[in-house]
Amino acid sequence: MLSSVQNPRILLLHCRRSKPLHHHYAKSIHATPLARPISASLPTSQIQTIQKSILSREKTTRQFTEEFLNRLRLTEPHVKSFLHVSETVLNEADEIDRKIDRNEDVGPLAGVLVAVKDNICTADMPSTAGSKLLENYRPAFDATAVKKLKESGAIIVGKTNLDEFGMGSTTEGSAYQVTANPWNLECVPGGSSGGSAAAVSARQCVVSLGSDTGGSVRQPASFCGVVGLKPTYGRVSRYGLVAYASSLDVIGCFGSSVADAGLLLQSICGHDKLDATSSKREVNDFTSQFISKDYFESQPLKGLRVGVISETLGDGVDQEVVSSIRGAISHLEDLGCSVTEVSLPSFSLGLPAYYVLASSESSSNLSRYDGVRYGNQIVSDELSSLYGGSRANGFGPEVKRRILMGTYALSAGYYDAYYKRAQQVRTVVQKSFKAALDSHDILISPAAPSAAYKIGEKKNDPLAMYAGDIMTVNVNLAGLPALVLPCGFVKDGTASLPVGFQMIGAAFDEEKLLRVGHIFEQTLQGYSFIPPLIADEFIS
Amino acid sequence: MALTLFRGIQTRPLLPYSSAFSARKHVIFCSMQSTQAETSMKTKQQAPSNFTETARAKAVEKVLKDYEAIIGIETHVQLSTTTKAFCSCAYNYGSQPNSCVCPVCMGLPGALPVLNSKVIKCAVMLGLALNCKLSMTSKFDRKQYFYPDLPKGYQISQFDIPIATNGYIDVDLPLEFGGGHRRFGITRVHMEEDAGKLLHTGNRSYSQVDLNRAGVPLLEIVSEPDMRTGIEAAEYAAELQRVVRYLGVSNGNMQEGSLRCDVNVSIRPIGQEQFGTKVEIKNLNSFSAMSRAIDFEIARQAELYNQGKDDEVVQETRLWEEGSQKTVTMRKKEGLADYRYFPEPDLPEVILTEEYVNDIRDSLPELPEMKRRRYEEMGLTMQDVLFLANDVQVAEFFDATIAKVSDIKLAANWIMGDIAAYMKNEKLSINEIKLSPEELSELIASIKSGTISGKIGKEILLELMKKGGTVKGLIEEKDLVQIVDPAEIEKIIDKVIANNPKQLEQYRGGKTKLQGFFAGQVMKESKGKANPGLVNKILLEKLNA
Repeated sequence: MLSSVQNPRILLLHCRRSKPLHHHYAKSIHATPLARPISASLPTSQIQTIQKSILSREKTTRQFTEEFLNRLRLTEPHVKSFLHVSETVLNEADEIDRKIDRNEDVGPLAGVLVAVKDNICTADMPSTAGSKLLENYRPAFDATAVKKLKESGAIIVGKTNLDEFGMGSTTEGSAYQVTANPWNLECVPGGSSGGSAAAVSARQCVVSLGSDTGGSVRQPASFCGVVGLKPTYGRVSRYGLVAYASSLDVIGCFGSSVADAGLLLQSICGHDKLDATSSKREVNDFTSQFISKDYFESQPLKGLRVGVISETLGDGVDQEVVSSIRGAISHLEDLGCSVTEVSLPSFSLGLPAYYVLASSESSSNLSRYDGVRYGNQIVSDELSSLYGGSRANGFGPEVKRRILMGTYALSAGYYDAYYKRAQQVRTVVQKSFKAALDSHDILISPAAPSAAYKIGEKKNDPLAMYAGDIMTVNVNLAGLPALVLPCGFVKDGTASLPVGFQMIGAAFDEEKLLRVGHIFEQTLQGYSFIPPLIADEFIS
Repeated sequence: MALTLFRGIQTRPLLPYSSAFSARKHVIFCSMQSTQAETSMKTKQQAPSNFTETARAKAVEKVLKDYEAIIGIETHVQLSTTTKAFCSCAYNYGSQPNSCVCPVCMGLPGALPVLNSKVIKCAVMLGLALNCKLSMTSKFDRKQYFYPDLPKGYQISQFDIPIATNGYIDVDLPLEFGGGHRRFGITRVHMEEDAGKLLHTGNRSYSQVDLNRAGVPLLEIVSEPDMRTGIEAAEYAAELQRVVRYLGVSNGNMQEGSLRCDVNVSIRPIGQEQFGTKVEIKNLNSFSAMSRAIDFEIARQAELYNQGKDDEVVQETRLWEEGSQKTVTMRKKEGLADYRYFPEPDLPEVILTEEYVNDIRDSLPELPEMKRRRYEEMGLTMQDVLFLANDVQVAEFFDATIAKVSDIKLAANWIMGDIAAYMKNEKLSINEIKLSPEELSELIASIKSGTISGKIGKEILLELMKKGGTVKGLIEEKDLVQIVDPAEIEKIIDKVIANNPKQLEQYRGGKTKLQGFFAGQVMKESKGKANPGLVNKILLEKLNA
């Protein structure tokens, strides 16, 4: 362990055996005086730090950018978060510096390196959605979220790995590579936005975009020890997000602090006339929520009614996860919250309903990948075998499984028993959430029943993988916003893996989640969520 | 985007629209305007062969003594909105392939549909015009099937809650076919998007996809199985065409595919309640083709039943072949296709308010049926009524003309006579000729008041249609005012008689037929301006003096 600290070169080989991070981190600071921590023990907003530094000319955008790129270069061979890294990052950083020199407006995300999940369209980079069927596909347009990021001055650092078309919970379902969890390279980063979560966790970028259809932002955030924000359905335009299940898909945000996730959301949300399902509701300014800890009252969350979803702490949930959540709950109580248990009897119905609905919609959304367009066409004399062959050849097993399930569920004679039934369950889930949120400000649950597991562990057991989505899918069915933030660790041999807890809010009340999350995070003592992989690597 | 090519694919030999397309390629659109004024009965008269025509009519007549035909029609009307249904692309028929496309109508990953509100407006207009019940809340659904002209792998359509249901359309049958009024039921009207087009190469080694048409808004109108003959079916379709043109929601052009009809035909012995097996006919590019195809199909099915080959009448899609004047099998149905409809998650529900519907109802134009009833009440014959109300432009021209003229019949005659003939010869629509309804009124008034003669009127009309201008201006310019002064006419007559002593002698010798000669000479001398009545009266007096 100490040797790894003394010799960073072999750090990567040993990190998975390292001790719980907070100890390790504290020591590493001492052991490596040259290290330049990007974070104190409490998470700070890197976006605000960068913005402040570059505008005050304390540091240049190029300097920040080089730090991240160096770290990316060092960690990427092990983590494999990215499917594509932009070659223009430094040029864009220089351009921002020039603008600052000329006193031009550079935007609220100026100089912020953002990684984008590869199912979100970028005109200047490939967008494969993790599928062979879209290999080398370059969209003709930027997704609205990407366009807004660029307008805010952000630098798109690259495209991150994912389960093919967002279908999976481990990122092993990518047609290109397996991403590792920066906390333990033998573990999955979660999924489907595993690349985006791992990239933020390994500090390869400042923040990242993911997408969340059934938990694809929140579960990997929990597995990788970062903040994951799933906005209300309709809060962020889906235009340019390669559709998996249109009525559930949302673009979400990763950050290493609540403020970063919130500031990222701030710049991408709002109505978009290109997405008929995007909301016209006004967006408040979230930045006012991210006040310094010095200004907190003694019980800053006094009077906040927190409901713990009782169904989420029972059987099938890892005991260490439960105790981490209990720890988080008592921390919330310390902050002044009144915490009660709340039962959502329909909770267990959400999982099957989700898999019916998501599969049904995906079977339709993926029809366009038929070999006629986007390449990957097999040679055939006959049209139906061209379709069959191209699709059989191009899609991975998990995608095929969901297309088959969805096609079945929508077939004549089965529609009522599956699709329609699942829609009815969805309505029940929505109502029960509504009722629970009428009597509580926020609801709480784990983000996943366990911490990250080993690569390959559930690969051949899709049902076990699906069951891991139990904590998150209901929120998508209800279309609600949810914030996952790290709150503790479970033991992983001699090392530790982070655990996140989920806060669910009322529709379009991201503001409250961000406020509570920020206060929680800024007052949580004794934890640091920087993975050992980079804890003492802040080598420039 | 370049054309998408795919190599080595054998597509189904006969496709719903591809064959329509290839047939279309040989049709040059010289007759676009005349098509607009054409009724099914007129095309009927232009049918390729009078012999086969008569033979078929007789065959059908014979068949219909024992059998009753049941005909239902599905019509797709392409809306003439400025932009497509779900994106902001303009669509112009005949544009370069793949030049009217964007990520949305190409179905690119990540692109999303946003409904063009004009589509709803058109649907509500047509729903009201067809006397339908409107669904105040409806939704879009996805109809899923694979085909290269369908870039998303599904068509956005409406399935279980169409925007309009349960209406009817009133039709007046042409007099040549016995006339009479019919009311045909409309089952539903729903909104959907069109697919692209496939262009097959000559040797079929590859096909090309043109997505210009993909995403163009359509209204699908499904009729009740209320039609009994080819003529009724063709008249139903013609009336639908009139309605969409009156409403201005579509150009209704069949050759361009803006109005496409698929017909379901079955027959059953008269008196039997149970329906026979129905056959769908596609590739009907004109009303006349529709009528002929249905008659052929009725005769074909009856022949099979008569021969005891009942099992050979199967549920299938047949294609009308214009060349052989026959329907041929396109594909046999293997059970019902499963389109796996489900609600389109990318689009919110379509919610209509009472206010919105009322506003549209209040702004509806006078529809063909209302026009026909009004013309009928004005005392016009059914022949005139059908002619005038057939083309919305003609009807509007007529209405504008009679706003200032008391003699309605005269106005109708001018339009149906000289004006229609000129339009037909020059292949122009009534809006393209230079004559305005105001000038036609003026012309009619000038003739009635005796300012000009009818003959001069015809000449002026031609001038007005060709070059425009005003009646007054032309009369002045050419000095065409009729001579009604008897003294002046007398002078001319005296001159003519003096110049033709030989003929006068012959006349007085008993060859009274020469009066015509003298009258002609007088008209010639007066440059056609002399009032013919006065000329005859005075001439007779002088000749017989």
